Amino acid sequence: MTATTLSAADLTTGRGSLAQFLNDVWVLTKRSIARIRREPETLSEVTIQPVMFVLMFAYVFGGAIAIPGGGNYHEYLIGGMLGMSLAQTAPGTAVAVVSDMSTGLIDRFRSLPMSRAAVLTARTIADLLTQAIGAAVVAGVGLAIGWRVHTGPGDVIEAFALALLFGYAFTWAGVCLGMVLRSPEAAQQTGFIIFLPLTFISSAFVPTQGMPGWLQPIAEWNPMSSLAAACRQLFGNPNPAALVDVWPTQHAELAVICWSLGMLAVFAPLAVHLYRTKGR
Amino acid sequence: MGETPAIEAEGLVKHYGKTKALDGLDLTVGQRTVYGLLGPNGAGKTTAVRVLATLLRPDGGRARVDGHDVVAEAVVVRRIIGLTGQYAALDEYLTGRSNLVMVGRLSRLTTRAATRRADELLERFGLADAATRAVKTYSGGMRRRLDLAASLIGHPSVLFLDEPTTGLDPSARALMWDIVRELVADGTTLLLTTQYLDEADQLADRIAVIDGGKVIAEGTPTELKASVGGQRVLLTLAEAGDAAVAVKALRPFAAGSIVPNGSVSDHGARLLEVPVIATDGLATEVLRALDAAGVGVSDIAVRSASLDDVFLTLTGHAAEAADEDDDTAELAEEAAV
Repeated sequence: MTATTLSAADLTTGRGSLAQFLNDVWVLTKRSIARIRREPETLSEVTIQPVMFVLMFAYVFGGAIAIPGGGNYHEYLIGGMLGMSLAQTAPGTAVAVVSDMSTGLIDRFRSLPMSRAAVLTARTIADLLTQAIGAAVVAGVGLAIGWRVHTGPGDVIEAFALALLFGYAFTWAGVCLGMVLRSPEAAQQTGFIIFLPLTFISSAFVPTQGMPGWLQPIAEWNPMSSLAAACRQLFGNPNPAALVDVWPTQHAELAVICWSLGMLAVFAPLAVHLYRTKGR
Repeated sequence: MGETPAIEAEGLVKHYGKTKALDGLDLTVGQRTVYGLLGPNGAGKTTAVRVLATLLRPDGGRARVDGHDVVAEAVVVRRIIGLTGQYAALDEYLTGRSNLVMVGRLSRLTTRAATRRADELLERFGLADAATRAVKTYSGGMRRRLDLAASLIGHPSVLFLDEPTTGLDPSARALMWDIVRELVADGTTLLLTTQYLDEADQLADRIAVIDGGKVIAEGTPTELKASVGGQRVLLTLAEAGDAAVAVKALRPFAAGSIVPNGSVSDHGARLLEVPVIATDGLATEVLRALDAAGVGVSDIAVRSASLDDVFLTLTGHAAEAADEDDDTAELAEEAAV
């Protein structure tokens, strides 16, 4: 066998652990992006689905939904759609994690002299890129149906930054889900069961004022409502939540940051713990 | 003397709930040798490999690879080893080449070195033509070869192959065997698990037979076969009624522990199989003894003991008998033919 032998110049072992971590994250993020390039249909949940939802809500339900305090439903809708399109990538994250676990790819990674934190970090970074595409699609389709921004670029950047922070926190929840479930089908189903009520029992599509009294507090404290309200406020769109006098509706931006950091503080360490200990 | 063994395990224990997957496993594998772990499904082979490859933390005992502890020095061990599991651990959506480059980059190779090594391995394993196709279009045999290539990309000095040919058709199996032989010639230490006796016989310098999470016999294939009597005498009696007399007459020749139903078979009560230690003129002496006892013989044959015989004698059950999954059992039998 004519194997070439390795020289020191072929190895990256001389690098520090941070450089190694960044290298591994980059290699694995490229892997996820390459998959999107080969199978663009995997992006449908952040491209086709949000377009469908925007159009259905705008033209089917929109006419029947009254907004307390007045305002255009199409302008109201986009703040809610942003949150939905980002949070619903979490089941996809779970599916990808379950698949890697079940094919043995994660075992291979574990047997390599690579950074252990890199696998999950790369997964969440790739999903953050997917979410950025989703946010752009929602904004694009919003502009097409008459959604407009009435504030400055600083506010708009802040709104999208909050939305992506929120989406990133959900991604870690998706990673945890993928770690504890056994099959991609189970991940898909469980994700649906968790994320659908989370999106709909909120002010994402309808103002909470029309809900029964017992449901209103749940919807008002739902992080999805906080994100929708924060975005509406920052875009200068109709924001009926401002009329409700509870802490998360009155401090929507702070509420989004608290929810996101809180979820990251719980799910990121939990995901890393599960990755380290699962199957050991 | 003096050379650190490539793999050393002392009293490894691993529980899964109440099941003891490993129950005090001891192993010593010399540098640049092929070591076969032979046992039925559920014997603890895969658990042993996962502990040695730093994927599992043992509940008891210790193991070293090239002198490095697999728990305390896991990071060092991972630079030395390569692992090919039972299922092709690859990204289905990437091309074969991208998979190898990815694993190479994660094995601390530079992009240039990883690409060069990937192309070299694709060429050697007959995958150059399929290099730019997504892995999901590959056949089972191609996946296994790519998976093996992935475990070689970082130039491991110790390689773990967990049932590398399970589920492969005979030609794909033969190709894997050739590759394994090349690796050995290259100086790689290889720990191979298998439930196929012929595979261990063909490839391994030494074999440990595992059952119930511990080693129940260890040695070279020749030693193991000799331990159950190096040879078997197969007799066809002229009269079925003579079986009992024949067994009595043959007892002085029988070697080692006899499994009654296995080694002295009673197919139609005319066929007898006797484990013996090979000596000159053995067949003649057997015939004389039977003649003296008044037993007529219509056929006699002498064959070498197979590892099947070893397995049966040591564990009291056939190698594939412990299969829980019928499909796997069928595949195993097909491939073993």
